[in-house]
Amino acid sequence: MIEVKDLHKHFGAVKAVDGVSFAARDGEITGLLGPNGAGKTTTLRMLYTLMQPDSGQVLVDGIDVAKDALAVRRQLGVLPDARGLYKRLTARENIDYFARLQGMDAALIRTRREQLIKALDMADIADRRVEGFSQGQRVKTAIARALVHDPRNVILDEPTNGLDVMATRSMRQFMRHLKEEGRCVLFSSHIMQEVAALCDRIVVIAHGRVVADETPDALRAQTGEANLEDAFVKIIGSEEGLAA
Amino acid sequence: MNTTLTVFLKEVKENLRDRRTLMSALLLGPLLGPVIFIMIMNVVLTRELDKADQPIKVPVIGATYAPNLIDALKQQGLLPQPAMADPEAAVRNRDADVVLRIPNGFGDSWRKGQTSQVELIYDSSQRDSGGSVERLKGMLENYSHRQGAMRLVARGLSPAMMAPVAIDERDQSTPQSRAGMMFGMLPYFFVLTVFMGGMYLAIDLTAGERERQSLEPLFANPVPRWKILLGKLAATCAFSLVSLLICVAAFGFCGKLIPIERLGMRMSLGVSFASQVVLMMMPLVMLLACLQTLVSAFAKSYREAQSYQSVLMLVPVFPSILLSVTPMKIADWMYYVPLLGQQVGIMQLLRGEQVTAAQMASCVIVGLVVALLTMVATAWVYRSERLAISA
Repeated sequence: MIEVKDLHKHFGAVKAVDGVSFAARDGEITGLLGPNGAGKTTTLRMLYTLMQPDSGQVLVDGIDVAKDALAVRRQLGVLPDARGLYKRLTARENIDYFARLQGMDAALIRTRREQLIKALDMADIADRRVEGFSQGQRVKTAIARALVHDPRNVILDEPTNGLDVMATRSMRQFMRHLKEEGRCVLFSSHIMQEVAALCDRIVVIAHGRVVADETPDALRAQTGEANLEDAFVKIIGSEEGLAA
Repeated sequence: MNTTLTVFLKEVKENLRDRRTLMSALLLGPLLGPVIFIMIMNVVLTRELDKADQPIKVPVIGATYAPNLIDALKQQGLLPQPAMADPEAAVRNRDADVVLRIPNGFGDSWRKGQTSQVELIYDSSQRDSGGSVERLKGMLENYSHRQGAMRLVARGLSPAMMAPVAIDERDQSTPQSRAGMMFGMLPYFFVLTVFMGGMYLAIDLTAGERERQSLEPLFANPVPRWKILLGKLAATCAFSLVSLLICVAAFGFCGKLIPIERLGMRMSLGVSFASQVVLMMMPLVMLLACLQTLVSAFAKSYREAQSYQSVLMLVPVFPSILLSVTPMKIADWMYYVPLLGQQVGIMQLLRGEQVTAAQMASCVIVGLVVALLTMVATAWVYRSERLAISA
């Protein structure tokens, strides 16, 4: 469970995040939708404690980010916008590194790592060096690395960015799988189809503000548009920065 | 501690797989110094030795006017060469180091018992002509003295009249201290090796990670940043320390290849020298690792960090320049200044003198304290929000 209350963050004169509030519940997929530059990544960065909000509060499983950042990070699995793998290490070594930083013991690391390798269908690449991986293989490795400590809450920044159709499909399936396990899944996207297909709840962000926070059905009803794409355009006020 | 160890092991493993880092840290950095050193020394030494032993070839103009003089010079090791039309141009073009010209009035004034003149034509801005000029001058003065003494004797006077003061030189240098003078650049090689050994890691582990955007996921782990930093610093130190060890060992080995005894000098680059150098350099290993990382933390990319490092590389040069331009007396306060302390300490050891326990302690302790302060500063910069964000 992730709760965000009235979050603000500015860079110089630019108000990147200007009063964002929403909640992402356990056993649900929450989608953060907005055009490029709307403040999605900045919001997520404040959730996983990389940035400090100017004001506002973030609670992860009831723990205040401002009070105990380390405890919050333990509850989170994070796939940042930048995947940042170590290319001179193999996929397995990449996963193990983060597992050790999470403080897991060797036996537990082995079990979890092999589970994830199986679930993400990456056994064939596990012992290859990351250098030369395709975009899809990179994302898989980064996700396995982010989830190795079995976090309750999963934050994915643009998880399907740069993936081909097949890889996107399996990524979506994996996210549903995480939801079925009862986790709280929060992901950002600028692709409407994706959000519509996956989410139990959609939070639409534009210009650093939340402009809608509804179920997909309610969104359609609210805007009076049967087509979700038209609904989004109506909410955001322009078509700029969105992809179908 | 566990976090730091995990980071340390991962960074070491990753960089052992990087050929460029290995080449620069374990091969190029530590061995370049000794190799260059040996090459320079061998050239310098062989030339010095050759010059001292071999006869010098000097073109002589007007040799026929002073056959006795030429004979005397030949006995002292001069090989007269045929005259040339334009000796001034020959010297300027470096065709000859020095030319001896005997004017045709030489014999006349000689017979009258007057001072006869000879001319030495040379260019003092040509560095390597100096030796030949000095030798020829010495030969001529030698001849002049002897002839002068004979003139006095012929007139019934004692030759001692001509030398009211006799100089007796008592050089207090030892074979080791003379060697130490020649090897003044050695300490800089050690510092440079430490610098090179850690440089690529310092760049890669901070600016490189930032550029490859892997700091962001790394900092999302539930560990304090300073522990991660500590692991990275430890890895950087490990590489530069290994680099230093290789360099010291290489110098120890190479010291045997330089024919320095033939110049009447001695150099001891043995185990005791090596271990004291390593002890003295230890704080510098840490200090440079921290400085390099600190500088890297301000760079957004690998390339930017590299250009910062090249500026930083000038810092260790200052004590070397300072000492060579203004040859100061080694004082205790110098040991309190990092870099300068190492420089004078190693010089002291090269001269075959003792570095006292107090000097060693002040050198090491002050170095460690400064390294620690830099580490705290680096940790402070590491906390910055911007560090993790590359885009």
